[in-house]
Amino acid sequence: MFDALADRLESAWKKLRGQDKISEANIKEALREVRRALLEADANLQVVKEFVSEVEKKALGAEVIAGVRPDQQFIKIVHDELVEVMGEANVPLAHADTAPTIVLMAGLQGTGKTTASAKLALHLRKLERSCMLVATDVYRPAAIDQLLALGQQINIPVFEMGSDADPVEIARQGVERARAEGVDTVIIDTAGRLQIDQDMMAELARIKETVQPNETLLVVDAMTGQEAATLTRTFHDQIGITGAILTKMDGDSRGGAALSVRQISGQPIKFIGVGEKVEALQPFYPDRMASRILGMGDVLTLVEKA
Amino acid sequence: DKTRRSLINQLRSIVGQGPLNQEAVLEIEALLLQADVGVEATDEIISRLQNKLREETLPPDQAIAYLKSILRDMLDRPGGQAYDPLFMPEKDRLNIWLITGVNGAGKTTTIGKLAHISQKSGYRTLIAAADTFRAAAVEQVKVWGQRSGTEAIANPGKNTDPAAVVFDAIAAAQSRNTELLLVDTAGRLQNKKNLMEELSKIRRIIDKKAPEAHVESLLVLDATLGQNGLRQAEVFSQAAKLSGVVLTKLDGTAKGGVALAVVQQLGLPIRFIGAGEGIEDLRPFSSYEFVEALISG
Ligand SMILES: Nc1nc2c(ncn2[C@@H]2O[C@H](COP(=O)(O)OP(=O)(O)OP(=O)(O)O)[C@@H](O)[C@H]2O)c(=O)[nH]1
Ligand SMILES: Nc1nc2c(ncn2[C@@H]2O[C@H](COP(=O)(O)OP(=O)(O)OP(=O)(O)O)[C@@H](O)[C@H]2O)c(=O)[nH]1
Ligand SMILES: [Mg+2]
Ligand SMILES: [Mg+2]
Repeated sequence: MFDALADRLESAWKKLRGQDKISEANIKEALREVRRALLEADANLQVVKEFVSEVEKKALGAEVIAGVRPDQQFIKIVHDELVEVMGEANVPLAHADTAPTIVLMAGLQGTGKTTASAKLALHLRKLERSCMLVATDVYRPAAIDQLLALGQQINIPVFEMGSDADPVEIARQGVERARAEGVDTVIIDTAGRLQIDQDMMAELARIKETVQPNETLLVVDAMTGQEAATLTRTFHDQIGITGAILTKMDGDSRGGAALSVRQISGQPIKFIGVGEKVEALQPFYPDRMASRILGMGDVLTLVEKA
Repeated sequence: DKTRRSLINQLRSIVGQGPLNQEAVLEIEALLLQADVGVEATDEIISRLQNKLREETLPPDQAIAYLKSILRDMLDRPGGQAYDPLFMPEKDRLNIWLITGVNGAGKTTTIGKLAHISQKSGYRTLIAAADTFRAAAVEQVKVWGQRSGTEAIANPGKNTDPAAVVFDAIAAAQSRNTELLLVDTAGRLQNKKNLMEELSKIRRIIDKKAPEAHVESLLVLDATLGQNGLRQAEVFSQAAKLSGVVLTKLDGTAKGGVALAVVQQLGLPIRFIGAGEGIEDLRPFSSYEFVEALISG
């Protein structure tokens, strides 16, 4: 569906035969292509604008590298900038000095919070960290059953109080139980909510206030479009997030939402979800994500070798 | 969202007479891109607007009205073809509505809402709980069945063949003179070959086991989706022989603009709008409302 950005940049440059240096005049079309590619990958328009102007600055100041075509050099600049924006290295999950580490999951409806809660628990247990899951979604039909079923699959205890209890109270008692039982990490699953739903956002704020989590993870669907920016901004402003999980990365979406999430919250994406099964969780690597967003393969290695 | 609210005012100050100037084009372009309409469709919409304005000079509010009419026309004539905007099961015969889509789009919730409307409208209704994969998917659709007073046909075993559930549900529907059978399917990403093959199989069973039925195959698209929605529509079209789209989660701030491209490129009409998690939160699609929300915020 998309041409790889590399191909497009190459053809943009071919029109300027004989120009072997990046200049203000010949960079215009290349920048246009970058903008287009990022928008097609679903990066947010505002985020793209800032990003492109940063790339322009860096490209104009770049030294000419012998043996490297300007389009190749340019794409490396774009890629490096993307990696930089998304945070250079992988950031692991917090670990509190005194147990339990408390992790709060948040996000829009259907993004993958409940699944990610179970995946995270399994991941931590593999690191010898014991876990407990807490079911505070009293709204969605069978949401508690879903978490119970997942907990049973991976043999992790699930704390629940049915669907008539108050989510804030469930969270509070869940954490208390985890503390009493000496559990290393307690993961609180919450109901999906729209960032404009003031009652539901206030509820989430109360849960956070009550349990004082070490991590508040925003769970974002990798297929999200322009809305990724708006929802990240509101969740971050009203709740305060410490990181994100990008789900459904096993699909063929380009995942430009990652750029928006990172740029707007300033918080790292910590994990990606790569399947429906409970094992399908991986650490997030900014450089891989950058290549995916740009739809590029071996151009980079080419430049690296030169 | 001041861009959206004051679009006409902003245009008033930057649009001269005649074709749109660069600034006005950028303004409209930003509006469409931010609604997830996509680069390609946006380019096309703007060039159609420009062509019109080259032919005759329009004041800003009329230019906006023309823009809206372009968008409405795209939605009302999917793939350039007119279609019947009335959408309901045919009385006194079996209708089967197959509900498909990627994970978490809102399929099961939409089934619950549809069952409710159907029961209220006096159709004998049945649900096939054919998501045999996701944790508690059957329990979830059963709760929706209870809310609307609709029975859900399910297989008690775990990880059973969903096609077998559909087969059983059709048999039940046939013997009970059911008028609308709603088939809930597991969420699947369109690049999963085996899962798409499973969906084709479900569709084949429906066609074979119920040749007398009127079948509608609806893709559920989440309004927060970006450009991947187009790819979804392409691939699900092949596997499930889609006949329409349901756009969910329009109660948020996302505009669901990718649906425009889906309608345009795949010729699929949008049939329903989901605007909330409650049982009443499903409406028939209206191009007027959709375009007003897209342009005016
Ligand atoms: N393919 C794929 N599917 C996923 C992934 N993560 C979650 N899902 C699926 O996405 C759907 C929604 O996941 P849930 O975990 O129920 O999402 P949620 O955010 O808890 O949903 P609500 O509680 O309704 O807001 C389910 O069908 C999951 O199996 C992933 O990484 N890849
Ligand atoms: N705000 C809002 N939420 C919705 C709407 N439709 C569905 N949801 C929510 O989205 C989440 C996912 O809905 P489901 O109906 O479970 O989606 P699904 O497509 O069946 O998901 P899988 O079967 O896991 O693929 C739930 O939390 C629903 O309550 C809608 O129109 N608006
Ligand atoms: Mg959930
Ligand atoms: Mg479902």
